[in-house]
Amino acid sequence: MKAINEQVIAECSERARLMRRDIISMLSESGSGHSGGSLSAADIVACLYYGEMNIDPLRPDWEERDRFVLSKGHAAPVLYAALAQKGFFPREQLLTLRKLGSPLQGHPDRNKLAGVEACSGSLGQGISWAVGMALAAKMDKKEYRIYALLGDGELEEGIVWEAAMAAAQYKLDNLLAIVDNNGLQIDGRIEEVMSPEPIDDKFKAFGWEVIKVDGHDHRMILEAMAKARDIKARPTVIVAQTIKGKGCSFMENRVEWHGSTPNQDEAARALAELA
Amino acid sequence: MEKQATRDAYGKALLELGQRYENVVVLDADLSKSTKTADFAKAFPDRFINAGIAEQNMMGMAAGLAASGKVVFASSFAIFATGRAFEMVRNSLAYGNLNVKVCATHAGITVGEDGGSHQSVEDIALMRSIPNMLVLAPADGASTRAALFQLYDYQGPAYLRLGRPAVPLIYDDKLDFKIGRGIELRNGSDATIVSCGIMVAKSLEAAQILADEGIQVSVVDMHTIKPVDQELLISKARETGCILTVEEHSIIGGLGSAVAEAVSENQPVPVLRMGINDQFGQSGSPDELLQYYGLTVERIVHNIHNLLKKK
Repeated sequence: MKAINEQVIAECSERARLMRRDIISMLSESGSGHSGGSLSAADIVACLYYGEMNIDPLRPDWEERDRFVLSKGHAAPVLYAALAQKGFFPREQLLTLRKLGSPLQGHPDRNKLAGVEACSGSLGQGISWAVGMALAAKMDKKEYRIYALLGDGELEEGIVWEAAMAAAQYKLDNLLAIVDNNGLQIDGRIEEVMSPEPIDDKFKAFGWEVIKVDGHDHRMILEAMAKARDIKARPTVIVAQTIKGKGCSFMENRVEWHGSTPNQDEAARALAELA
Repeated sequence: MEKQATRDAYGKALLELGQRYENVVVLDADLSKSTKTADFAKAFPDRFINAGIAEQNMMGMAAGLAASGKVVFASSFAIFATGRAFEMVRNSLAYGNLNVKVCATHAGITVGEDGGSHQSVEDIALMRSIPNMLVLAPADGASTRAALFQLYDYQGPAYLRLGRPAVPLIYDDKLDFKIGRGIELRNGSDATIVSCGIMVAKSLEAAQILADEGIQVSVVDMHTIKPVDQELLISKARETGCILTVEEHSIIGGLGSAVAEAVSENQPVPVLRMGINDQFGQSGSPDELLQYYGLTVERIVHNIHNLLKKK
């Protein structure tokens, strides 16, 4: 973990911008994939990879590394963009997303790409993996931390709450969950489809420490992650208020961009906005 | 004949594995006294995780533990381990090709009085359909122990099917058990009985009755259902000209299907499948249920007679 200062905050902000550009380019090239939820998570993921986590791209299997599980696996482009920028693989490879034979599968596959920690995307399973990883770290008396990023719609899956119960039962203070609370799921607004609200009270009731942040404010995100390190004997969740499609004006808060991709003109507009 | 439930042998072998290897971790879903993981839990509380009544999360946690270098044994009843948590077994354990052994007890109708809701007759079919998944159904205590030790060394996901009732011990310590290799327990040239799990002992009994009638049958313990021992099946089909499969499982998708698939493509001979005929179970004592669903020594003998007419 880096000390939080203006330089680190500026780097996270700049990296998030570059990651958003990569997301647009990848999805425009692939012609399928999830734009809105990749863009909403970009600032959170940038803060993890450029401020919070202890990782080494040259040693992806390093035993002491922190582990990040993208439980909302459909946002794979944001993970791939971060890994490529960190140097886990060449950035040119980003444009192979979702193509036959590519290690950049539609949803993350740990056996195909270095730096990917889980096989996620069937919603709710990633947080459960993360709980298992946190248990293993405790058994081995290791200091590394486990991070899991969930969607708010994902919280509708029952296994999330089974995992939440287990994390509290086993006092997993080495586990930090982050909810990308962008308010939209495929069929519409989460409160209309199947509301998981109040998200903060639910996690509190399950024995978790809850921190609420603006999910696009890098200082707030980094400070929340730092604070979570000091919470002992229980897991912490950061509920990050975000905007689906953030950074691309015509996608922001529009549910139709959940599972669709920009055409060439739209991509050009988006990249101009992210210049 | 000495008897032991395969779940009891599992619990004992698990404890031995725990003593021998530090990276063994055991998970259960509030059934540790029934699945017999309780002894391991008592001996190694730091390496035992009770998931509570939450099989889906048990499988997800197993994935995370295995991804962190642990060799994980996850137990529950077969109905929950393979049914309720199917998609976690598929997408987390098998798709991830992780070192997790799903060791499920109370398989089949011999669960008994708990009834059809708790009697898994589809688990072999479910597990067999998943890529990367190894599927084992040992016949007795000694082979369960051997299977467990080999599963520890085997890299990848596996399903071990275990039962509730005590069953006759067929093997001793000198057993030559190899994953993927069927064991020919008896050699005869008139027909072959291929069975697994608790039906192996009954098949041996039937073979003796048939021998007394002058009919010589081979008996194969096909403890590994996936990958099935194709080589042995082809040679038995060639030598004996017909095969009867016997399993405490649906005739759809289980051992019978695996044998029929292998034989029909490589050495077509008449194959008759004995098992649960596309039905659910019900309450009753294990013996009553085996009788009711026709999984008896008499029925095996009867079916061999029928099968011989088709040769």
